[in-house]
Amino acid sequence: MIAYLDNSATTRPDDRVVDKMAQCMREGYFNPSSVYLPAVNAFREVRACREELLQAVHGAGCRLIFTSGGTEANNLAILGAGGRIRGLKIAAVSAVEHPSVRACFDELARQGVEVRVIGVNGKGELDFAALEKALEDGAGLVSVMQVNNETGAINDIPRIHAMTQGRALLHVDGVQGFLRTPFSMKDAELYTLSGHKIHGPKGIGALVCRENILINPRNMGGGQENGLRSGTENTPGIAGLREAARLMKEYDMGELMQKKLHLIQAFGAQVENMRINGPDPAAAAPHIVNLGFPGVRGEVMLHALEACGVYASTGSACSSKKLKVSSVLTAMGVSPTEAEWALRFSLSPKTTFEEIDYAAEKLGACYAQLRRFQRR
Amino acid sequence: MRKVLLVRFGEVYLKGLNRSSFLKILTDNVKKAVKGTGASVWLADSRIYVAEFEDMDDIVNRVKKVFGLYSVSPAYEVDKDFEEISKACLEVCKDLSGTFKVLARRSDKSFPINSMDMAVELGGRILDANSQLKVDVHKPEHKVCVEVRDHAYVYSGEIMAAGGLPMGTGGKAALLLSGGIDSPVAGYQIMRRGVRMCAIHFMSPPYTGELAREKVVTLAKMLAAYSGGMRVYMVPFTKCQLEIHEKCPEELGTLITRRFMMRIACKLAKDFGAQALVTGESLGQVASQTMEAIGCTDEISDIPVFRPLIGLDKIEIIRIAEKIGTYETSILPYEDCCTVFTPRHPMTRPKKSGMPKAEARLDIDALVDEAVAGTEKLIF
Repeated sequence: MIAYLDNSATTRPDDRVVDKMAQCMREGYFNPSSVYLPAVNAFREVRACREELLQAVHGAGCRLIFTSGGTEANNLAILGAGGRIRGLKIAAVSAVEHPSVRACFDELARQGVEVRVIGVNGKGELDFAALEKALEDGAGLVSVMQVNNETGAINDIPRIHAMTQGRALLHVDGVQGFLRTPFSMKDAELYTLSGHKIHGPKGIGALVCRENILINPRNMGGGQENGLRSGTENTPGIAGLREAARLMKEYDMGELMQKKLHLIQAFGAQVENMRINGPDPAAAAPHIVNLGFPGVRGEVMLHALEACGVYASTGSACSSKKLKVSSVLTAMGVSPTEAEWALRFSLSPKTTFEEIDYAAEKLGACYAQLRRFQRR
Repeated sequence: MRKVLLVRFGEVYLKGLNRSSFLKILTDNVKKAVKGTGASVWLADSRIYVAEFEDMDDIVNRVKKVFGLYSVSPAYEVDKDFEEISKACLEVCKDLSGTFKVLARRSDKSFPINSMDMAVELGGRILDANSQLKVDVHKPEHKVCVEVRDHAYVYSGEIMAAGGLPMGTGGKAALLLSGGIDSPVAGYQIMRRGVRMCAIHFMSPPYTGELAREKVVTLAKMLAAYSGGMRVYMVPFTKCQLEIHEKCPEELGTLITRRFMMRIACKLAKDFGAQALVTGESLGQVASQTMEAIGCTDEISDIPVFRPLIGLDKIEIIRIAEKIGTYETSILPYEDCCTVFTPRHPMTRPKKSGMPKAEARLDIDALVDEAVAGTEKLIF
């Protein structure tokens, strides 16, 4: 049996998504920019997907730019839109962002923008006072994630937007949150989403933005996507994303939360002193939880579980000489030792209770064995 | 006029009566290196010649990696006719600029013009044809060489080859390949002496992962490119490490682990027919590489242990790793078995006499046999 509990890394595309994409490649392969009927139909397919996605984020009247995925959308938002803000002197970013956001702020810093890194508390809540200070000092761009990829912590986007409104552009990286926690474009100027985290294909994502936002394109060429992202549209990817987004609506997120809580309870029954890193699970996203198993390094537990067909991920990457622990966990106040024990488990609506119970049983066996051999 | 590659050999010159057998192997190795290109390879006049190929750069890249060669020169082969030679000289010089000198030699003394006259006349013609060039007979930037043998050869420049001795003339050895920076370099240094090599890698799942294994496979393939193939033994080592961790003094953990590696390596070396082990140890680099510690591991092996990096600094080792192309892979950050249970304070001055007691609670033979029996053999 396989228990795939790494859905925040990527998800298995739904068969119906694969079928749609195959159909698109076999029959609907025409270039949406061409002018004969089948090509116009391809264009209509792209437009329909755009409209459905905008609806899903309550973004009537917003613009949606298809990209190659979350990373490109984040780049387009921060460097493309951020770079267009006249006289941008200060930009603020939370301390627990994905590398594709952090790296863009590093680039802004190289261009002379002062970057304020806003810390979080143990629950992953933003330091609102620090954000307020940055805004008072004139921050013109703020970027925070909807759901933290390592801990499942949810940012209070409406509250943040109430603070930034009229003062700064708010970009929300929604890669881990899109269609799993509520979001509305009323609460942000820019929003990133990605296909492969919701049982869609890799290589497709989008940046949603308010219509009045100016953006410097980062891909020059044939002028697709209103000149904001040139390159022939990835029509199979778009068809797949459309289908995946539709299918997500069939799932009950409350049930997903029940599965996550069941996982925590089942794992906790196997490892009594298990730690939960980050926010209260019931208050976090329904699909991500970060757990620590005292005395066993996450990487070792990962490989032991891997041998049983249970797949999870560590927040930390180890180098042979020096242990580097997750900067997200340390930013949330988890001690380096505890961060070493951390493993992230991430579910999808397709995760079954059987998978979770199987994983729990294997976890218990692995933990009992590995605990004997701690590094002294 | 046709393109040929002149290939010079290095240390084989030092050989006496057995030189011809070394040369035979060396020629065969060059043939193997250009296999598939359709090029022909032959030995004549204390040189190896490669001809009848399309892509000179490709042939140079293949041939210069062959151990036992000193250098190579892309050249033109022409008939022994002065006008032909002159044409080839102008061809060689057409894109050169700066200072030059013509070096002519004739081992065929029946050629009507002597070397000095030939150099003077060719130099004059080159000057007339290429205004970017000036003569400097003392320190020229370019040496235009003309050799009159069975044919005439014209070339400029020399590309250094790998050096060492022909692969296969030095016997067989087994390399302990960890995946770090040092061991691939140690393997390269010994392979360069004409030694066929297998690699032995110790894996400790779940403490080490699939990526660590993949890294070792990548390194082994890189080394295989120099030796024309490599066998890799993947040893399951977790049980040994856990037993050592549980039953031995902590400060000797790494050392005892290394002693087990030597025991297992000796057995696998016999499977391969290796007459020596090769390790990447460098004196004093880490606790298990002090003179005392090396003494404790060395006594385990019943065959010689070669440590080609013993007197090198880390920075020198890194330089070689960069040269042979293994550095980038070696520094990928995956945990290897050596770091799994690193003691906080390993003993740096261990005594040989203390080792049997430290290992007393282990069933050494059973652990070694089990690891050897579970070993997986890969061929690259």
